[in-house]
Amino acid sequence: MAGQVATGSRSGLRSALPLLLPAYLWLTVAIFLPLSAMVFFSFMTELPLSGKAWFFTLENYATFFSQGLYLTLLLASLRLGLEVTLWCVVIGYPAAYVLAKVLKGRSREAIFLLVILPFWSNGLVRIFSWAMVLREGGILDTALNAVLPFKINIDLMYSYPAVIIGLVHSYVPYMVLTCYLTLQAIDDSLIEAGRSLGASRLQMLKRVIIPLSMPGLVAGAALIFVPVVGSFMEPRILGGRTGTFYGTVIEDQFVAVFNWPLGAALSFILLAVVLVILALASPVLKRAA
Amino acid sequence: MAGVQVSNLSRSFGAHKALDDVSIDFADGGFYALLGPSGSGKTTLLRQIAGFDFPDSGRIAIGGESVERVPVEKRRIGMVFQNYALFPNMSVADNVAFGLSVRGEAKATIASEVQRALDLVQLGQLGGRRPHQLSGGQRQRVALARAIVTKPRVLLLDEPLGALDKALRIDMQIELKRIQREIGITTIFVTHDQEEALTMSDRIGILRGGRLVQEGPPEDIYDRPKSEFAATFLGDANILRGETTGTGIRLADGTAIAAKAGASFAAGTKASCAVRPERIRIAADSGSPDHLNGNVLKGQVSKRIFAGNNSTYFVDRDGQTIKVIVQNTGMEKLAEGQEVVLRWSPESTVLIAGN
Repeated sequence: MAGQVATGSRSGLRSALPLLLPAYLWLTVAIFLPLSAMVFFSFMTELPLSGKAWFFTLENYATFFSQGLYLTLLLASLRLGLEVTLWCVVIGYPAAYVLAKVLKGRSREAIFLLVILPFWSNGLVRIFSWAMVLREGGILDTALNAVLPFKINIDLMYSYPAVIIGLVHSYVPYMVLTCYLTLQAIDDSLIEAGRSLGASRLQMLKRVIIPLSMPGLVAGAALIFVPVVGSFMEPRILGGRTGTFYGTVIEDQFVAVFNWPLGAALSFILLAVVLVILALASPVLKRAA
Repeated sequence: MAGVQVSNLSRSFGAHKALDDVSIDFADGGFYALLGPSGSGKTTLLRQIAGFDFPDSGRIAIGGESVERVPVEKRRIGMVFQNYALFPNMSVADNVAFGLSVRGEAKATIASEVQRALDLVQLGQLGGRRPHQLSGGQRQRVALARAIVTKPRVLLLDEPLGALDKALRIDMQIELKRIQREIGITTIFVTHDQEEALTMSDRIGILRGGRLVQEGPPEDIYDRPKSEFAATFLGDANILRGETTGTGIRLADGTAIAAKAGASFAAGTKASCAVRPERIRIAADSGSPDHLNGNVLKGQVSKRIFAGNNSTYFVDRDGQTIKVIVQNTGMEKLAEGQEVVLRWSPESTVLIAGN
């Protein structure tokens, strides 16, 4: 019996191969090969351009540990990732709940479209439109001063909050979508059963709804935290001089300083740190879920 | 524990009248079945009593206290859902403990009450399991334990046995009845299964199109249905239509049918007679007159269905098919196409208003 199952799955794999091959070929060419090249670069002294001499070294990785700046920037980026993720939960989860459990039919579709809208616009356009809103004399400043009886100066441009606002705006749809999917899967009769047993809405949220939607929260948090820690576009455009983060430093190495080996080494350190964080968090999150 | 009084309850969803002036008195400690086809309003009525939805007009009282505007979480009811609605993220014991723990009861009290409730439904050993590790019947018992552990005033059951297979359903019917007797809780049970309603309940309310058609003990409704709908929905019935004669009806072909059960109507109005298939005798010859079974009709067997302990004969007469159920006593069978005589007593004939 067991043998039969084994042969069955083996022949299943063979017939599935033509279906799997394109995807894995593509992943190999598009991700694995460039990434391997980057690993290779990260151990070089120089880019092998215009015949410069180069040799293998651990210098690039040592730089991270010898200069405190990189660690400071990494911690700042991790904090940025954490804050953006938290704001996305605070903003995205209630929206997902209303979409999944309160709205029905047409109005749900319309609100859903509004949530996904940021996905359809160009990232750069989104960020520059935030710049127009946030700068002094910009849309937010003008609008608030038109309404408020006293004069206030709103100039959020080139500040930490501006970076947060831009990033949250870009990433909140991920949280809404992942939470929406898990919340929608919760049977309405569970909520009714809880109420019939005398639970208040808050008790239902704490004991049933949040635990059952934990997989969505975790997936959303992972989808947001990882790219935000390495982000560079939003910090650079909305943060200005305050917007120096780990991601912008890596970008500098590649496009401004042309120190690809250092940039590659810093990238892999980031990858390692993020993987360690996810690995440490997963048992805790699994228990919660 | 308390009785429930529903008075003149109405609820509409848009133009659809889901409940139309329904009044029922659910006695304290009774087992009451709400029976009706889908769309009859039986679930709407149960949800009104539970407090998931409020009526447009009318009154609901639990133990004499008006509750029609009290939300479900304050109504102190226990409810068992059709799909059980157990919390998948909690163990069986935590599911049962839920109602007590949201109330803030002491841990030790909760533990002993939960164990008592699980013992009552004979699942004392399974407190540590997760709902997905249980069979359908076991989940049903957990749902029941969870609903009664908070000592609610009323137990509401929404087609609780609908998802079980037949053998298990009969076990659960007996089990549910035992538990209900043991704790003596007023129980309201929604079902579309007439057999379930007949075997389990003290009283049955038949609903149709949002209105209460008839209400009473199972035997009363079965033996003296007040409408063609009640006669045919609860059990099987042959309906003969004609004009009243004062003591029965006269069929279109002039045959008189005597009826000694049911209402009486002024002669000449349209009326029907309902006869249960098992009350009719079927024979090949007319034989000697039978004074007890004074109603006689002649017909031809068009079909016979053998079902082990009984046979059902379909007898055609004057454009109508009459169903007769005969116990399998080993006597001679009647062949399809054979001319037969049907006899039954006026006492088994219920006179009801014509449609």
